Amino acid sequence: MKVDFQHRQSAHCESGVTSSLLQHAGLDQITEPLAFGIGSGLFYAYIPLIKINNGPAIAFRTMPGLIFKRTCKALHIPLIRKKFSSRQEAEAYLQQALNEGKPVGCQVGVYYLSYFPREYRFHFNAHNLIVFGKEEDNYLISDPIMETPTFLTSYELERVRFAKGALAPKGQIYYPVDNVSVDNETIKTAIKKGIRFNTSQMLRIPGWFAGVRGIKYTGGRIKKWRDNLGVQKAGSYLAQLVRMQEEIGTGGGGFRYMYAAFLEEAQQWWPVDELQEVSEEFTKAGDLWRTAAVQAAGIYKGRLGSQADFDQMGDYLIEVSEIEKKAFQQLEKIKWA
Amino acid sequence: MKKEDVPQDMGSLGKVTREVVYAKDNSGKYVTELSTGWEVKTKALDVAWKDIEERVNAARQKVLNNEASPLLFFMEYRLMDLSILADYTGFWQWQIKRHLKPDVFAQLSDKKLQKYAEAFNVSVNDLKTLNVNES
Repeated sequence: MKVDFQHRQSAHCESGVTSSLLQHAGLDQITEPLAFGIGSGLFYAYIPLIKINNGPAIAFRTMPGLIFKRTCKALHIPLIRKKFSSRQEAEAYLQQALNEGKPVGCQVGVYYLSYFPREYRFHFNAHNLIVFGKEEDNYLISDPIMETPTFLTSYELERVRFAKGALAPKGQIYYPVDNVSVDNETIKTAIKKGIRFNTSQMLRIPGWFAGVRGIKYTGGRIKKWRDNLGVQKAGSYLAQLVRMQEEIGTGGGGFRYMYAAFLEEAQQWWPVDELQEVSEEFTKAGDLWRTAAVQAAGIYKGRLGSQADFDQMGDYLIEVSEIEKKAFQQLEKIKWA
Repeated sequence: MKKEDVPQDMGSLGKVTREVVYAKDNSGKYVTELSTGWEVKTKALDVAWKDIEERVNAARQKVLNNEASPLLFFMEYRLMDLSILADYTGFWQWQIKRHLKPDVFAQLSDKKLQKYAEAFNVSVNDLKTLNVNES
């Protein structure tokens, strides 16, 4: 069985799955940046007490699962979302959805994801892909970060759907109901709400380690890493920061470019000049994130390593924080007609 | 970032798939561009794997010195911490900590060893002998 489904490559797995499933359901207007922006996907957090792979826990986007959930909610699209305790039930449910002609989103772990290069396989459980058919023992997979559709054997798919550890997928599958139609007003309202929520999330989330304050805080911490951790470990920490920021699925610049693309697109729905202006600011922020990444690389490659180099690295982030703060403040002041 | 500035450095991902990057075209509009990779992040990934390799080697040495059971080696090799291994095997973390002692490990039942072997995706024999021979 095979659902008539068009594979679309995107930058990020969750916004990609969201826009692909919605486009399949008849909502051609919902591009990836639009799904990312309506789902208020942009975020920042550095949680000092938690370690991931023996390095710092840093996130550039919102909690896994929220982009799909918020986007569907904002567009008033009913969705089905299910987790399973039994592997047999999980597969039976998936088979049934496919039999009914529905492509479905699946949350999976990447450690045993066979088509990923080995270097990319960590215990990361919040990857998303679409299953759109089964031929013999192979499930047909549309993974948004891949250029072309691929497949997994039923054993391989089961293993990644039931990966263990933090954010264990528990076989989670999700999809919107069929043949939805959403009018332009709803999309406009969804864009406005998405921007407002993202703004409050970045400007007003409590605590010093998240939102724009979190970026500044990280900048300050980095200046101390050389003394506190030693150059080598500090280099490993910076490498982890760069991976979270640039690795597959961010669209570049820690999702900032994708957000800039979203704001540019939003202006087609809301003819407000500020949207284009703020889009430019996020492009600047993305560029500066990447300049910081080049500086970080100088350190972990051993070309740089003085305290002045770490100070410069920290200052880049503090500058990014200022740019993003002003950008969100400008978004906050928009008078939506 | 401009479309023509999107890096095209070949990385390990680029050999399997190119990735989507958002960048601006000549008229200043956002478009998507495919990238084969960026040296800056390839190096970041290299650093991560070099650190892992060091941890794996240190763990191997500890096991050979009889300071830890083979579980330590396989945990590092499979990038697992106590909580991930506990989730995969169903053991409590304090139990795993005990099993990390060589003399406790030596007395584990076949059933328990089997659980660990499954979690690490190796055979029980490989588990005991620190043998790894698959991708």
